[in-house]
Amino acid sequence: MDNRPKTPEFALDVRDLRMRYGSKDVLTGVTFAAQRGEVLALLGPNGAGKTTTIEILEGFRARSAGNVSVLGCDPAHGDEAWRARIGVVLQSWRDHRFWRVRELLAYSARFYAPFATAKVTRPWNVDELLDLVGLTKSANAKIVTLSGGQRRRLDVALGIVGRPEIVFFDEPTAGFDPHARRDFHDLIHRLADFDNTTILLTTHDLDEAEKIADRILVLDEGRIVADGSADQLARQLTTSAEVRWSADGQRHVHAVREGDPAEFVRDLLIKNPHVTDLEVRRASLEDTYMALVHRAESGTAHSASEQPRAISTQKTENPK
Amino acid sequence: MTATTAPDIRWTAVRAGFSRGWIETRQSFTEIANLIGYIAPVAAYLAVLLMLRGRTVPGTDFALGTMVLPSLLSMAIILGGLSGPTTGLVADREDGTLLRAKATPHGMLGYLIGKIVMFASTTMLGFIPILVVGNVLIDNLVLDLRAASLLALVFVAGMVSTVPLGVALGCIMKSTVQAMLVPLACALLVYPSGIFYPITALPTWLQWVGQTFPLYWVGLGARAAMLPPEMVAAEIGQSWRTVEMFAVLGAWAALGLLLAPILLRRMARRQSGSALAEVRERYLTKGY
Repeated sequence: MDNRPKTPEFALDVRDLRMRYGSKDVLTGVTFAAQRGEVLALLGPNGAGKTTTIEILEGFRARSAGNVSVLGCDPAHGDEAWRARIGVVLQSWRDHRFWRVRELLAYSARFYAPFATAKVTRPWNVDELLDLVGLTKSANAKIVTLSGGQRRRLDVALGIVGRPEIVFFDEPTAGFDPHARRDFHDLIHRLADFDNTTILLTTHDLDEAEKIADRILVLDEGRIVADGSADQLARQLTTSAEVRWSADGQRHVHAVREGDPAEFVRDLLIKNPHVTDLEVRRASLEDTYMALVHRAESGTAHSASEQPRAISTQKTENPK
Repeated sequence: MTATTAPDIRWTAVRAGFSRGWIETRQSFTEIANLIGYIAPVAAYLAVLLMLRGRTVPGTDFALGTMVLPSLLSMAIILGGLSGPTTGLVADREDGTLLRAKATPHGMLGYLIGKIVMFASTTMLGFIPILVVGNVLIDNLVLDLRAASLLALVFVAGMVSTVPLGVALGCIMKSTVQAMLVPLACALLVYPSGIFYPITALPTWLQWVGQTFPLYWVGLGARAAMLPPEMVAAEIGQSWRTVEMFAVLGAWAALGLLLAPILLRRMARRQSGSALAEVRERYLTKGY
């Protein structure tokens, strides 16, 4: 898939990023980089530090320590020309409620016109963009009358109206129905493939991260615990395995937390010659991620905000 | 990177800010709450006129209602210039409008220009019904070129002395509920500022309270513009004190212009998505 041209420079380069609020460490050394045109998903449970990370990269929050470069510039000192190359889609916009959809998009677009270059025409044509996010029919509607999903699509349009080279999305598909979600995924691919836009999005939905991203970064307790494609992640993260067998008419299950389950199996077969129906199952990436989410949420009594999509991971003692 | 120069880029933002100002002015007239805000002063004025029927300004033969009309214009200036930006800024901070401006290149400049245009135009449009009512019902009002130009100067001085102050207050106020204190304080200032009755009729210490704040001075300026010269008899020292008026309003303007950019920058720095989420959380749990 890597046939698109890439400049050697990283669009994003984060090294040992640290953030501390009072005595609480929120980020404890985050390091990652992104090439131009790459789609990165920052995945993690609530409270892992996703929003803090993305806000530092957007230049909206001062960091405690570490080196950060976004399009070759430190976001803490980003000027307006740098700002023009960045797109931001935050979690909760409720602004400009009495404006009309097209009115606000056209207003925002005006600011980007002086930042057009020979290579990048700025801003995006407003009607074309409305069409792209599926809001042509609502162009003259007051923003307050939009549905949650429509409002979100307007936020996306406002985030990319200046044809940014990099776009930050914080929980972009929260409140989307499956159809809108798929449209959004198509839009992300279009931005990355045709416009070579770098994209960093946060999500707590593994399924979405797998569908959308070239690379997934798993953030847990303020650090990156895994970095790679979904397949690489599975190998990096899933260390536990389950061994199931029947003996004396009973079904047994044993969980191997760390290391190679072969040792346990060898031992089992030597000790018990009546073992049948032996089954060794590596935990799936989904299981591992859900365990991580579960631990994060039971560990810290977080405010009852949105919960990750529940995935049933039934464990049964009985054979099928 | 681009051939466009920095002043050109800023000029683009300023022009966008003007269009923002017009869009928001137009919107403000399609909202019931705002329309009530424009009509209420007229209703209040009519009520005052009825109450003051037959009474004259002490020391003259003029109807007291004549004195009250210019003072009412000054109320419109102060409310438009002070409480408008305060409540507007707090609301824009809480719903993400300011953060959106921050995420746009020179968006803050566009936002501020838009606000100034909107408050100036809505305040001026608020004058129209008061002037129309005044012209029909009141005798002795002076509405010539001198009155118009002095009124324009008072309007500008009033706006410059209050809008930056309103912005500064908006940066300090933590919520829309707190921001409501500003129009309340303006309403309380009406009494010591000699709006509905000559300030000379008040105890001296209250006169000093009134003379501390811009409301009295804008009112004095409006009266100086629109009232016949004889009515100066009801003012402190039997003088319109035009120089003092511009000096006091200038001092308030200087204070506001000094504080507003500092507080605005500080507030803008603190704006982030999680700050917005906290506000939303507060609305959900506490309801305000």
